[in-house]
Amino acid sequence: MSSLYEEVSTPPASDVPVRRITVNVNGRMHTADVEPRLLLAHLLRKGLKLTGTHTGCDTTHCGACTVLFDGRPIKSCTMLAVQADGHEVQTVEGLATASELHPIQEGFKDEHGLQCGFCTPGMMMAAKALLDANPNPTEDEVRWALSGNLCRCTGYQNIVKAVLWAAEKMRASAN
Amino acid sequence: MYPSRFSYEAPKTIEEAISLLQSGGGEAKVLAGGQSLVPMLKLRFASPEMLVDINNIPGLRYHRVDPDGSIRIGALCRHEDLEGSDVLARHQPTMAAAAPLVADPIVRTRGTFVGSICHADPQGDWAATLIALDGHIIAQGPNGRRTIKARDFVSGPFQTVLNYDEIAIEAVIPAPTGVPFGGYLKLERRIGDFATAAVAVALEMSGANVIRAGIALVGVGGHTINASESADSLVGGHLTEERIAKAAELAAAAAQPRSDHRGSASYKKHIVSTFVSRILNNIAKSTEKAA
Repeated sequence: MSSLYEEVSTPPASDVPVRRITVNVNGRMHTADVEPRLLLAHLLRKGLKLTGTHTGCDTTHCGACTVLFDGRPIKSCTMLAVQADGHEVQTVEGLATASELHPIQEGFKDEHGLQCGFCTPGMMMAAKALLDANPNPTEDEVRWALSGNLCRCTGYQNIVKAVLWAAEKMRASAN
Repeated sequence: MYPSRFSYEAPKTIEEAISLLQSGGGEAKVLAGGQSLVPMLKLRFASPEMLVDINNIPGLRYHRVDPDGSIRIGALCRHEDLEGSDVLARHQPTMAAAAPLVADPIVRTRGTFVGSICHADPQGDWAATLIALDGHIIAQGPNGRRTIKARDFVSGPFQTVLNYDEIAIEAVIPAPTGVPFGGYLKLERRIGDFATAAVAVALEMSGANVIRAGIALVGVGGHTINASESADSLVGGHLTEERIAKAAELAAAAAQPRSDHRGSASYKKHIVSTFVSRILNNIAKSTEKAA
């Protein structure tokens, strides 16, 4: 997987140890040889071409790179790809099926929960983690759960509405 | 951003991790939650030759109350474990108040309590609670374990007294002799930002009488400030208006803030004094109710 090193100015020297990892991403097993310093966000984007996960601030603040790691939200720019060996990762690409949007995606569409869309994948994955744990959150709980994700366009109003919309829809279809 | 090159080891036991640290000869770093270390690697503030990832060592993700009443927090106990903790809700109000204010919810799923202490950031929330509670760290090295008081643990900004071949495996909050009361208040410009100022208060009460007190301050100096004079002024009396005012004044006097983009030095001192009296007043109210 030479593509994993595209963003590194020099290819790995022969004495750089490369580790073979196996990661379950969105239900599919992937094996990759990675340099230990490769970040999970870059494995997803460059290695697996799953560019839905965005890298925004690259300093653990903005949450655009949020993915689910064994079901819990993490900032994938702040985890090494080698650490994902043997674990499950879910990205925004794992939300929709071939024919249907996930209710969270529908919510963002219907409630206009995005403008430029850059923070949206992270917002949706953080929202998914919330709704998996708490199917009936209050507005405050939604705001609290999304407080590690920054949006510079919307002022958050419609993002919160979108998540509440999705929660309602998911509850309705669960009944 | 990419970190500098390093070799990566994922030991399965603490002993194995320690011998890796030994072989690293001071150029190896322990990786736990990584929520401070990985950004520092990316910014190249840190460039260790080896990372020893302890996440695969079983048995380190716990926090519990022991029969003697002490609270023990393992090296892989994540912030989110503490945020949702019944143990803290029932037994440790200072930490229970701080838990939801550490970083942001996503960082909390990964970052660890003990890691935060070892990172020794002067702005760290947990270090203040551990100092206020007079807790300690248990470090394990090639020659066994030793206990280090929280207030002696940090030797400078981002520096601790840990030897290069030691791992902090547990943090301990000693058993209270009285009934624990406390609080943590933090002023931050937005969630996830460092504190403009924050205050940890930990009291042990016997009825309305304060029998032990610890107060620590965050964001108002080059290290976590142990406001011991302020705390000591509370011991041996009730939480009267005068005593609360005195403790707030002494805490503000212990603060050594600098004016910066988060606020002026005098503003930060004002926040410290306000937070100390706010927490103490809340405790006074709840002990009155109990009485």
